[in-house]
Amino acid sequence: MASRTFSRLAPTLANFRASASLAQRRTAFRSFATEVGGSSMTVREALNAAIEEEMLRDETVFVLGEEVARYNGAYKVTKGLLDKFGDKRVVDTPITEMGFAGLAVGAGLSGLRPICEFMTFNFAMQAIDQIVNSAGKTYYMSGGNVPCPVVFRGPNGAAAGVGAQHSQDYAAWYGQIPGLKVVSPWSAEDCKGLLKAAIRDPNPVVFLENEMLYGVSFPMSKEAMSEDFLLPIGKAKVERVGSDVTIVAHSKMVTHSLEAADILAKEGIKAEVINLRSIRPLDINTIKESVKKTNRLVTVEGGFPAFGVGSEICAQIVESEAFDYLDAPVERVTGADVPTPYAANLEALAFPDTPLIVKVAKRALYRTN
Amino acid sequence: MASLARLRSRLPLTKSGRFAPFVRSLQTSADSTQLTQSIPEDGSTPFSVKLHEDSFRAYHTETPSLEVEVTKDSLLKMYKEMVTMRRMEQSADALYKSKLIRGFCHLAIGQEAVAVGLESSITKDDMVITAYRCHPFAVLRGGTVTGVLGELLGRQVGMSNGKGGSMHIFTPNFFGGNGIVGAQVPIGAGIAFAQKYLERPTATFALYGDGASNQGQVFEAFNMAKLWNLPCVFVCENNKYGMGTSAERSSSNTEYFTRGDKIPGIQANGMDIIASAQAVKYARDWAVSGKGPLLLEFVTYRYGGHSMSDPGTTYRTREEVQRMRSTQDPIRGLQRYIEEWGVATDADLKASSDAFPPYLLLALDKAAKEEIDKAVEEAKASPVPKTEDLWTDIYYKGTEPSAMRGRERGEVHVY
Repeated sequence: MASRTFSRLAPTLANFRASASLAQRRTAFRSFATEVGGSSMTVREALNAAIEEEMLRDETVFVLGEEVARYNGAYKVTKGLLDKFGDKRVVDTPITEMGFAGLAVGAGLSGLRPICEFMTFNFAMQAIDQIVNSAGKTYYMSGGNVPCPVVFRGPNGAAAGVGAQHSQDYAAWYGQIPGLKVVSPWSAEDCKGLLKAAIRDPNPVVFLENEMLYGVSFPMSKEAMSEDFLLPIGKAKVERVGSDVTIVAHSKMVTHSLEAADILAKEGIKAEVINLRSIRPLDINTIKESVKKTNRLVTVEGGFPAFGVGSEICAQIVESEAFDYLDAPVERVTGADVPTPYAANLEALAFPDTPLIVKVAKRALYRTN
Repeated sequence: MASLARLRSRLPLTKSGRFAPFVRSLQTSADSTQLTQSIPEDGSTPFSVKLHEDSFRAYHTETPSLEVEVTKDSLLKMYKEMVTMRRMEQSADALYKSKLIRGFCHLAIGQEAVAVGLESSITKDDMVITAYRCHPFAVLRGGTVTGVLGELLGRQVGMSNGKGGSMHIFTPNFFGGNGIVGAQVPIGAGIAFAQKYLERPTATFALYGDGASNQGQVFEAFNMAKLWNLPCVFVCENNKYGMGTSAERSSSNTEYFTRGDKIPGIQANGMDIIASAQAVKYARDWAVSGKGPLLLEFVTYRYGGHSMSDPGTTYRTREEVQRMRSTQDPIRGLQRYIEEWGVATDADLKASSDAFPPYLLLALDKAAKEEIDKAVEEAKASPVPKTEDLWTDIYYKGTEPSAMRGRERGEVHVY
């Protein structure tokens, strides 16, 4: 569990516990194909293990960012790495996002594999030109001569009670850029397998974590605990199989979607829940296959509604043969089109929660009672 | 020759007895270097020359030595390179005006002593990165004239296969060619970071203009480079105008070599090729010896407009441009050294039909012209990129998504 000192801005903790307990309850009866013999891990531990394993494997991997070394990471994701690898490979930067993002790009262009931590992706807006224009485009502009292997990672999306400037989901922003890969993991398994894959990927990868999931424990299979465990970037995971409605979500919204599926199941509705894992490339094929089976689609995300991940999925479904299989309009569940308010009652109205997903899924099934 | 800045405003000595940094004005004459010994017969035997006493200014350090060792071969090589670079840029100008080059095109005519001087004093293991005025660096750092002109024409033979254009040309030790003003500077600091991390005894030269010097990320890069003692030389090519805004109208402090706070700086005459080369040698020695970053400001001048759409006459007078061209041209300056000092080896003279240095230079000019003319033809003859190249190099080969979308749902490229 995060402590108050983890954040430069000390986000409140009440919702951490709430979401952790819900997820723990949820995952307690979730079936994992290879669960036998596994153990459990928090998202934070999984991210930490991924970085440590890759740093052990490859000398050119290093971490830089604000408070990653002596402070052990603003959210403790890099805890212990300074002691294990020293200050050459775990580098505290000044508060200078555009500068150190550019520096990470330069290091990536010239033989290193930087892991560039942003204390949150809200601060990465100061550096977005380096991520989009320098990291994302150099390989193409050089005619394939200069690859840029760099991972930009950090918490993304809404935390609890931190207000408008610290509660924003950038999946759609980076998801728009050809040349970037964009990952939005949910579980500990996602985080370990996808972060390791991101570090090994020869392309720039934007790795969007979620602050509220850091302290949440998930079961880890033996396979996922292995140092060779990699998940392919660009592949979604069907977390729950169903036949009546497809719910597509990423990051923390997967938790809510699985909870919603539990509630729907009690009413005899079998929801299929897809964890996107990757925003770009978007695994539209998995979604299409599911839609062909369920004939109904609900997208769930924490980002703003306009031009969002759900909008893109909706457009791609409409453009594809899967459109002919739809028996109801695609439903988008998104963050509200408002700057995130501070007061708890208003904030609760700004982001999707489990009952809202249940309500919308039933509407997609024309069951409004 | 007249120099641009002949001010000799002597300020009092500081308390430490050292000159305050602004005691003298830098002079930017291209031909004020003096021969101080008789010139050797052999082309590779060094001989001494002395730079004008106002070729450098320093901030928190000593100025580079004014005594410089050169060779006949090195001077002739620099002459050939400067002439070739100017010819290349002139051919780009002509190709642009014939509408064969699209979009943006920024020429470095007048600034040849910076690129050639830089290249003459660094090794192939040193790294260079600059902004959009990049053509000479791309050639000198291992590229070819055909590759640069081919890129400008958008052809397969272009160094980025026609996909980058004028501003995006790379080699293994040259990282572009960057279109976002100032963004290349922290990237350069990152390249230097990698050199230090990998324990390579080399330096990175991160170039930017007087216009870019006011970007916040330039100062961010300075801070990190000094904090971590990176082997990075931040090179400000001060050509006196960022687009149409003169240095005085953009910068509260136009002494760009002093803007690194704790980072020492050198200001150098960027119109005298020997001074340019000497400044780079000093800067490289500085960075490689572990002293950390250094600022190096070249005072130079671009004869043309900012880009092809700019006649370059609304914010400066024609007389100013004409004066610079006629009095401080780096190529004419070196030409004068070669002629006055008798810089031609026996072998050169034998190869030339006339044993008189001006004819040797004419031969070099002719060779440069032929090289450029040939490159223009090769570039023009190269086909445009293959249609499927639209889809290559978005992601590293073999790690692409399964497909990428074109303009409508029917246009899909499957990898």
